[in-house]
This record gives sequence, structure tokens and C-alpha cells, in this order.
Amino acid sequence: MSHSTSHDLAHGHEPGHDEHANHGTLRSYLTGFALAAILTIIPFWLVMGQVFANHWVTITIVLALAVVQIFVHIVYFLHLDARGEGGWNLLSFVFTVVLVVIVLGASIWVMYTENTLMMPMSPQYQHSADT
Amino acid sequence: MLEATTQAAARSFLFGRLTLDSLPFLKPDLEGRIVLVTLLVVLAGGLALLGYVTKKRLWGYLWHEWFTSVDHKKLGIMYMILGTVMLLRGFADAAMMRAQQAIAFGPNTGYLPPEHYDQIFTAHGAIMIFFVAMAYIVGLINYVMPLQIGSRDVAFPFLNNMSFWFTFWGAILFMVSLFVGDFSTAGWLGYPPVSELQQGPGVDYYIWGLQLSGVGTLLSGVNFVVTIVKMRAPGMTMMKMPVFTWTSLCTSGLIIATFPVLTATLLLLSLDRYLGMHFFTSDFGGNVMMYINLIWVWGHPEVYILVLPIFGVYSEIVPTFSGKPLFGYSSMVYATCAIMILSYLVWLHHFFTMGSGPDVNSFFALTTMIISIPTGVKIFNWLFTMYRGRVQFTVPMLWTMGFLFTFTIGGMTGVMLSVAPADFLLHNSLFLIAHFHNVIIGGVVFGVFAAVNYWFPKAFGFKLDESWGKASFWFWLIGFWVAFTPLYIMGLMGVTRRLSHFDNLALQPYFIVAGFGAFLIALGILTFVIQIVVSVIRRKAYAVGNDPWNGRTLEWAASSPPPPYNFAFVPNVRARDAWMDMKAHGYRRPLEGFNPIHMPKNTAAGVVIATLSFVCCFALVWYIWWLAVASFVGLVVASIVHTFNYRRDFHIPRDEVRAFEHSGNWQPENQGANA
Amino acid sequence: MSATAVDTTGNLQSPFLCSEEPHAPNGSLLGFWIYLMSDCFIFASLFVCYAVLGTSTAGGPTAAEVLDLPGLAVNTALLLVSSVTFGFAMLEMARKRKTAMLAWLAVSGLLAAAFVTLEIHEFLGMIAEGAGPGRSAFLSSFFTLVGTHGLHVSVGILWLVVLMVQLGKFGITEANVRRLQCLSMFWHFLDLVWVGVFSFVYLAGVLR
Repeated sequence: MSHSTSHDLAHGHEPGHDEHANHGTLRSYLTGFALAAILTIIPFWLVMGQVFANHWVTITIVLALAVVQIFVHIVYFLHLDARGEGGWNLLSFVFTVVLVVIVLGASIWVMYTENTLMMPMSPQYQHSADT
Repeated sequence: MLEATTQAAARSFLFGRLTLDSLPFLKPDLEGRIVLVTLLVVLAGGLALLGYVTKKRLWGYLWHEWFTSVDHKKLGIMYMILGTVMLLRGFADAAMMRAQQAIAFGPNTGYLPPEHYDQIFTAHGAIMIFFVAMAYIVGLINYVMPLQIGSRDVAFPFLNNMSFWFTFWGAILFMVSLFVGDFSTAGWLGYPPVSELQQGPGVDYYIWGLQLSGVGTLLSGVNFVVTIVKMRAPGMTMMKMPVFTWTSLCTSGLIIATFPVLTATLLLLSLDRYLGMHFFTSDFGGNVMMYINLIWVWGHPEVYILVLPIFGVYSEIVPTFSGKPLFGYSSMVYATCAIMILSYLVWLHHFFTMGSGPDVNSFFALTTMIISIPTGVKIFNWLFTMYRGRVQFTVPMLWTMGFLFTFTIGGMTGVMLSVAPADFLLHNSLFLIAHFHNVIIGGVVFGVFAAVNYWFPKAFGFKLDESWGKASFWFWLIGFWVAFTPLYIMGLMGVTRRLSHFDNLALQPYFIVAGFGAFLIALGILTFVIQIVVSVIRRKAYAVGNDPWNGRTLEWAASSPPPPYNFAFVPNVRARDAWMDMKAHGYRRPLEGFNPIHMPKNTAAGVVIATLSFVCCFALVWYIWWLAVASFVGLVVASIVHTFNYRRDFHIPRDEVRAFEHSGNWQPENQGANA
Repeated sequence: MSATAVDTTGNLQSPFLCSEEPHAPNGSLLGFWIYLMSDCFIFASLFVCYAVLGTSTAGGPTAAEVLDLPGLAVNTALLLVSSVTFGFAMLEMARKRKTAMLAWLAVSGLLAAAFVTLEIHEFLGMIAEGAGPGRSAFLSSFFTLVGTHGLHVSVGILWLVVLMVQLGKFGITEANVRRLQCLSMFWHFLDLVWVGVFSFVYLAGVLR
């Protein structure tokens, strides 16, 4: 059921070739929904309920849960696996993740050092992080 | 009084900030005269061209056969023409700069005021990268790659057509800035705060021109990846792909991963300018360094986007004219992939001096040095391919030899610049200018000329003239070194870039020599144009068959020029150099038994959508809001209407295929030269 | 000698050529996926800006002062539910049940429209309080990142409406299935980006 596509309604092409269109199943959507809901509620609770006194603990957990939830979405909603499009979907995704991590990580590192090494400026121009 | 106010309001509603004062050629000063003369020349040339097309009744032909065509070969040729026209514009800018710097010493301020000079160097850089090099690269990939993989077209032919028109209109927006308003003075990457605070439409022209062409390039990148992944002929595994196709794949991957960063960065800049936001401002918490960082996240991979396909070009030319398979195919592929990833890890070397501290600078200096290793691997592969080969010194091969010599030196000066402490001395000096021209002219431009000479017979059915080609090569090679060696020397002495006037008379001889070098390059361009004209005139004498060079890859299996569908029968690939394998095993092309061929239909949707986008961008440059909104709505509506068109393909009937396969494109027959 | 011939039935016999036209696989789904990957880089750039500029409030309001977490919770729920209802529409499409499919699509579209409406309401409220995008670098990066996501959702809604018309008019054809699959990817992708937005921009933002 889950892998059926609509070749028979095609116009202009012969039917029967599968491009591996994975629509998922009711089960996968509901599992994804449950997991995503849990992974959403926990960080909201952590922040709104002020569970930890140290903000950086909360931030770290929130971001870690976000990464987990992103993978839940990818598996249960976007149905990314190694078979789709002969593995090219997965390959392009891994390529993207690697480069996005480089862009995010290195940019933040670069900008952090640039900011810390800046000469102090007049208050009007300061990055008023502490106001 | 009231009437005057109403009139002013109506005028500013209708024309935004566009007034008669925005037209520089109406100004009585020297700059105005220069622009006026340019305008008259362009108008005369343009009118002559339009008149010729009208007189010969070519509009219908151009519209149906070219402008609305989805054929990757025609689009490739249009990209190459666009690149050549823009090369003339970009080189005119270069010649003006060289002339100014050769005379503007001491009491002589030269003929260009600083404001105009700044516009010229900005336009020169931006045009040469975005509309010359990128147009050439996309054009070459478009023409050659589908043929090399035995495909009938790219994966998304309509998008391919639209990409071209986006690039085209981006170039037109740059050209319009010559005559309506002015251009950015903020350098080819539009650094804030100059690009922030500067009044006038210059930076907006820059932003929207690049946004238009950026959309086109991104769509091309997606298109090429899907084409290579999905449409290779049966039997062509990844490790049987020609190296040019491999480098096209890696370049397209980089386009997909970097052009969105450029789009986002320019978007943020325009938000600062249009909506008063504070990304890159000096106050309200904005951070100028953020722009420098983001633009180079795009900017560094961009140079590899340009040079990787050119490495592919050399990897096709060297084996063909050495009569040997490429040495170290796998290492070539792995080196290309390594460069693709590493190119994303070096961008900070463009701003070592911004003050990131020793840890960050060391990291990026090391990655920069590391990326020279896979590039070195490639150089050795080409040398070993030539070693003990029967090297034929044809024009493409000459360009390749010139490249090997020039590019290697450019690479070495690059390694010098990668040493962060040395860069503190050389940053923004003429040494840097000489270095990147050394790699971009010595690498990309030489490669484009090599490629044009190599694949021209495939595209048009006749060879380019050898003697004029050789003349062009020598003018370029010698001209390059005469023009840029003085810049290396002056850079080491500490002369900085982007100056329109010098006080130190001792520098003048160097600039005069550099100016002479630019003159030699001008002769190189002129002889190239003559080469094409002469070859067209003697096309009968220069006519060749499908395989004039005894080529190795599949594009040489198709007729010259290839039919719209490329191959009457899709090749079944058995070996890496597929065409060599076919020739070696007694291939004879079939003359009967053809089938109808399924092809995409031409469409005007791409022209319409891209043109409306251009109108929208022009309106945004001048704050003509009604026109911006109207053209944007038109663009959305046109896109939606296009999606209601489900009949986008047709079949070329059997008889037509048969007629193509028996046509003069196969004459004189020289396929299977060694069969 | 000759390795290419045509047999008596007129069919081509050659080891080098395909006698039958090989099936050219459709690249739309892969192409659209790759487009989404490129979109990741636009969002990555905007996330970098927020990471760097998120505390540059220039004496103006901070994230903790202007960001509304209960409203965010509602928005997050709307988007997540619409992602699941879109999934249901895809299941109905696979079963060729056009009406049920269109109904689920309509539900997804309405949920997304509610999301956009609430977001616009939040934006207008902030601007009215003097916390508009021109106030500080923090607010510029906030409005641009969240606004770009909202713009994507709005484009998705427009696309959904057009596609519902086409599905209603031309039925569940191969071309329309492909389009719906692309839109489905787009829809889930935007939900995925939203996970980054609510976690990093809002939840972590108010704590920084």
C-alpha cells in the first residue's frame, strides 16, 4: 500500500517504472507526530517552567533536542533513506549537513573571535550584549 | 504652487527616483562626454544589428529557434555569445583603468575622476566573474556535458532556458547602469559601509543584477546535478564518466551550496538599504564584519566553481592530443571531490587582516595550503599524460601548455599569500591583483579559449583557423605576463589596489609596461575575433566530420553539429573512453532502423518570466513601486499559468530522424578513423 | 568487420547502442530535493546572523522582553499538525481517493494560513511596541529569519491552492502526483526549519 504510485494514470509514459516514491504509512506519520510532539513539549517546558537555574544547561538541552527532532522529521515525514533516488537524496543531504555545519560553526567561531578582539568603542556603537 | 507639488508627487509616483538628472550622458563634464560617446557607439551598433535582423527577416527564426529554445546546445551557444560580449565590456573597463594608471602621476590627474574610476573597477570585477567567467562555464557545461553522457537534453530543459534569460537580464541590468544612473563604487563584492551609505542607484543595480543572475546560476546547478545523476547513458557508471562531466558535477554541487549564501547576503544588504535594518551598519548593533564573512563563504568556493570545469576541459584536451588515456583517472576524480569539500574551508584567507586572532588565522592558512595538494595532483596527472605521448601542438593544446606554465606560477603565489603573516604585508596590494588574475586568466580564460577551439568543430561543423588561433594565444600569453609582472613587483613594494592617481613618479614606468601588456591582450582578443570571422568565411574549406581530433568521449560520436536529439540511438557505454572503445571495436553508425524520438517542446515561458523579473528589478533600483508590484504580480501569474501547461513534449517522427542521419552534418565522414 | 547491423525485422543490433529507447527517469523529485538542500544554505546564513547579532540589541528590547512563548507554542502546534494532515493527504492520494485527499490538503492549508496570520499579528504587535526590524541588529535578524520562513509558508499556501485546482481539474495524474510529492517535501521541510527557529531563535533566544 505504502509504495503504490499512480503510474496507471500516467499520460505519455509507459507505466511500471518505480522512482521509489515513498509516501510513508499512517503508522509512520503518527509515530513521527508523537515523537515530534514530545520533543517539542520538553524544551517548551524546560524554558517556560525555568527548570534549570543555569541557562546554558537549558540552551544546550534545547538545541540537542532540536537536532533530534530534525532527524525525526527527516525520517518520519520526509522519509529520507538510502534507497530513495539511488542514494542520491541521502548523499546530497549528508553533503548539505556537512557544509551547513561548517558554515554555522566556522562563521560563529570567526565572528566570535572578531568580536572579542575588537577595540572598545564609544558606548553608542557598542554591541550592547549586556544591557 | 499646489499644482507644482501635485506634479512633483505624480512624477515621483510614476518614475520613482528616476529623473533627467539621472542620465549621466546629459552632463556637460568629461565623464558625461565619455558616457555619451559610449552610448552613441552602442546605439549605432545596436541599431545596425536590429536593422540587419529586421531586413533579413530573422526575428521569427531567432524567436522560434533560439530565444524560446530548450535545446541545451543552443542555450550553450547563447551563453558563450553572452560571455564574449560581456568580455568585451569587461575588457574595455580594464583598458580604461590601465590607461588611467599609466598617465595619472603627479600633477596629471588622468582622464577619469575618482568617482568614475571606482565605478569602473567595480564593474570590471563583477562583470568578469558573473557574466564572463560564469556565462562561459555554464555555457560549456550546457553544450558538452549532455553530449558526453549520451543524453538527449538536460533534466529540466525549460528551467535551462529560464536560467539563461535570468543571467542575460542580470547582465543587461549591469549594462543599463552605464547610461541610466550610475554604478556601485563599492568594489566587486560590495563591501559595507561603502555599499550601505552610498546614495544613488549604483549599489541597487549591483544587488539586483547579481540576484537575477544568481537565480539563473542556482537553477543551472540543480539542473546539471540531476542531469548527471539521472540521465547518463546505460552502462556509464560514475567511474566511467568523462572527467569534464565529473568536474561539472562537483561545480554544480558547489553552486547549490554557495549561491544561496550569496543570495541571502545580498538580500540582507538590500534590507539594510531599503528597510533601514541593521545587519551591516556601524550603529544599532550591526556588524560590518558579518558581511565580509558571509560574502566570502560564497566567494571562495566561487573560484573553484569557475576553475573545476576548466580542469575538466584540460583533462579532455590533454589525452586527446597526447593520444593516450588520461593518467590517473581515479586520482583526478578524488582530487576534484577533495577540492569541492576543501574549498568550503578556506574562505577566511580573504580577510586574515580583519583580526580573527592567531588560532583562526592558522586554521584557515593550513586549510589553504592543503587545498593546493589536490590541485598539484592534477598538474602532475596532466604532465604524466603527456609524458611519452604523441603530443600534437594544436591550438587547444597550446592554450593548455600556456595554462600549465601560467597557472602553476599563480598557484605558487597563492601559497605565498596563504601564509597569514605574509598576507598582512600583501593584503590588498597589487601582488594580490596579479595573483588572482594569474589564476583566473591563466586558468579559466585560457581554458575557455582551449575549450572553444576544441569543441567549436562539434558545434558548427568546421574548425577554427589555426594561424589566427596561434596568434591569439601568443598575444594573450605574452600580454598577460607583460601586464601582470609589473603588478607583482609593485605589490611586493607595497603599492595598493584601487588607486586612480599616484604621487610617486618612480612607479610610472611599471604602469606603462602594464598598460602595454593590456594592449597586447587587446590584440589577443582582436585576433580571436578575426579567427572566428576568418573561419566562418572559409567554413567550406575548414569543414570537418564528427570526429576531427580523434576524440575519446561520446560527444565525438554525434554528428557535427549534432541533431536536436543528439543521438539517434542512445549509446550503450562499455568503457571509460566510450567513443574510443566504439572506434577500436569496429563501430559503424546505423543508417536505418530509426525510431521516433521523444523531445521537450520549446516554450516562451522562460523569456516571459525572466523579462518580468528584470522589469521588477529595474523598478526596485529606481523605487518605482507601482511598476515593481505590477511586474511582480505579472511574474507570479505567468509562473502559475505556465504550470497549467501539461503538454511539454512531442515526438520527432521517424522520417525526420532519418533525414537528419543522412544529412550533410555527417560530411566529410571521418568517424572511426582508426577502425 | 561491421559491428552494427539492422536485422530483417528492422531492429538495430549493436553492442554499442541501445536498440530500444532507455527509459529516462523523471528528475523532478530529486531536483526539488536538491533545491531544498540549497534552501538550507539560505536559512543557514540567516541563522548565522541571528547567532552573531541576537544579543546586539543596541539598548533596545531584548529577546526575553519581546518574544511571546505561549503564542509560539500555538504556532508550533499548528505547523506540526499541518505537517501530519499533509501526510494524510499523501496517503489518500496513494489510494486515489481524490475527495479525501483534497479535504486533508484544505485542512493543511488552513492550518498553515492560521500560522501565517498569527505570525503577522505577532510582527505587527512588535512593530507597534517600537520593536520593529529597524530598531536593532537583533530585531533585524529576528524579523528576517522568521519572516523568510513565513514567506516560504505563504508561498507554500499559494502553491497548494494552485495545485488543488489542478488536482480537481485534471485528477491524480502522474504529473500531478509528482507535483504533490514536491509540495509535500516543501511542507515538511518548512516544519523542519521551524524546529530550528523555535528552538534557537525563541527558546534559546530568550535565555541568552
